Amino acid sequence: MLVSELPFEKINADFSDSGLCFKTGIFNIAVTSNIPAVTRHIRHFYSHYDCNNETDFIDLHVEVKAVGGYRRFYRPQVSFSFDGYEPFIPLPINQAPAMFEWGLNWCIANTAHHYLIIHSAIIEKDGYGLILPGTPGSGKSTLCAALVNKGWRLLSDEMALLSLADGLIYPAPRPVSLKNKSIQIIKDFAPDAVFGEVMIDTLKGDIAHMLAPQSALAEQTTAVKPAFLVFPHYKDNAEKKLIGLPKSRALMTLAEHAFNFNILGKQGFDSMSNMIENVECYDFTYADLVTALEGIDSLIK
Amino acid sequence: MLDDHLVVRFLRHYGQGTLTSIDFSSYPWEILIRQARRTNLLSRCAFFLCELELLDKVPKQPRIHFINSIKLSDANARSAKVEVKQIYKALSKAKVDFVLLKGAAYVWAGNNASKGRLFTDTDILVAKENLVIAETALANSGWLTSSLDVYTQKFYREWMHEIPPMTHLKRQTTIDVHHTIIPPTSRLKPKPIKFWQQADAAEDMPGLYVLSPIDMIIHSATHLFHEGEFEQGLRDISDLDLLIREAIASQNGWDKLLHRAVELDLVKPVYYALNFTKKILDAPIPEDVINRAIFQAKMSKFDVKLMDVLYGRALATNHVTNKMKGQGVARWFLYIRSHWLKMPVHLLFPHLFRKSWLNLTGQKDH
Repeated sequence: MLVSELPFEKINADFSDSGLCFKTGIFNIAVTSNIPAVTRHIRHFYSHYDCNNETDFIDLHVEVKAVGGYRRFYRPQVSFSFDGYEPFIPLPINQAPAMFEWGLNWCIANTAHHYLIIHSAIIEKDGYGLILPGTPGSGKSTLCAALVNKGWRLLSDEMALLSLADGLIYPAPRPVSLKNKSIQIIKDFAPDAVFGEVMIDTLKGDIAHMLAPQSALAEQTTAVKPAFLVFPHYKDNAEKKLIGLPKSRALMTLAEHAFNFNILGKQGFDSMSNMIENVECYDFTYADLVTALEGIDSLIK
Repeated sequence: MLDDHLVVRFLRHYGQGTLTSIDFSSYPWEILIRQARRTNLLSRCAFFLCELELLDKVPKQPRIHFINSIKLSDANARSAKVEVKQIYKALSKAKVDFVLLKGAAYVWAGNNASKGRLFTDTDILVAKENLVIAETALANSGWLTSSLDVYTQKFYREWMHEIPPMTHLKRQTTIDVHHTIIPPTSRLKPKPIKFWQQADAAEDMPGLYVLSPIDMIIHSATHLFHEGEFEQGLRDISDLDLLIREAIASQNGWDKLLHRAVELDLVKPVYYALNFTKKILDAPIPEDVINRAIFQAKMSKFDVKLMDVLYGRALATNHVTNKMKGQGVARWFLYIRSHWLKMPVHLLFPHLFRKSWLNLTGQKDH
């Protein structure tokens, strides 16, 4: 059953009592919230996700809650908690949906140590997995949002889950988070893309989420073999350049993007070097999305 | 009132050696994992399952969470050892001896309490006369005192048993440097020199020590029952349970523990530790040992009852899957009491007043 097929009372209630359970990739998530903007966000962005059965094992129980106390009258805040643990300080309440997404990212990055978790977008076309590691400002999310609107499949815009067991990357599709100017750029580039409300002035600037395309959900249990590792560099007016990257350099750089490298120790290092051994590595400079798309598509031809 | 949370029952099973008899296919793993996460004991539960070779019997989805949490505590232990070596390098150059305390000590000494133990800060004890040299040596190696306001700096240095935490510039790791066990202003007056006299020297590293097994119990007890912080309460009780079972196997052992507690002027915290590890985790502590501790601590029947109620609640797990009523009040009361134990009145009131003022006005305190 899909989230959207839940009984009216369930889907339209706030999720303050029983919470709402849904599946993304291999993760079963339960959310509890008493904030209307969060339940709206979930109805909007997760309605075509599978619900869990009562008997399913839930991996992560998270709660997004308005903070009580006198402060709620003049400066209302929202807190995120993971089984009672709050990894972040509370934020202004208008950022609640973003906090839910950030919090969920945190939970996955801090518990799913059967994967090497790389801070990057991960997409797929024709069976080729493409990893786009993200340094701030590199345009990782923008490029990812553009590509998944033009035939690539979204696995995640935020983290690549490289399995330590089989070397494949596993999907956990969720809405794509876009910042500041990127929001309008993608709206112009892909007029059919579905967006949520823009949250003004968050920790990371203005933020809006874009609905994960249907293809992402249809194949959310299909892992991909990584084929390309591309470090994007957005540069105004630059000419499009795709330059091969020595594997040793790629390894050094990618290590800085892994969330749990120190926890996995040697196992993590082996997985990463194994993967890099088997993928083509590039530095990619681009100035606009149309030529960027050509450049990326040329890889798989 | 007794904590009957699943995580508590799980730990009890381990202690009693009956973990093998639980029904692995229908066990409520999800609830156990959630409660264990809440109490910072997931790695420890996982360690126990792994140690008894029971992990394969756990269904796949919960098993993954257990295995992943073992990776976490293994990494924690690895980096703790690196950290200790770095501290040793800095302090041995300055010829300052030090004792490792708590988590880092359990890991370094390979105690049972290191099983699946997670911790962030490294706690060390140095002699008071070496405090300035130690602080300078650590600062020269990259550990810096975080920028605290003047009041907090002064508060730490004048009244506390430790200097403000020092954080390493590059690794972002934190050391707490103590010069005694509890604040010198406390009503109890343990002499740090007595801990030094029985500390065990580490192999091949002259100048590095851990407390003797008995003193480890006493220190852990004092830390939990004197500080008034219970966020990690059940984890600390589990530490105590493991330390006690490991160090004490005979009547002679109990005599030594009580004797030592008297000698150090720390009978009360030791009584609480014995009483609550027995009550909560069923630690094999003879009733007469507990009665002797009550007698030596000069506690009235009323004291004993009252503290049973308060600590029983404060130490309990509190999770949405099983709420503990009255915990907030109990913890608040014990927090105030811990300040009462630590400071004479003329220090206590201005300090608490300042804290609540900062709280009310929404300013940050350290």
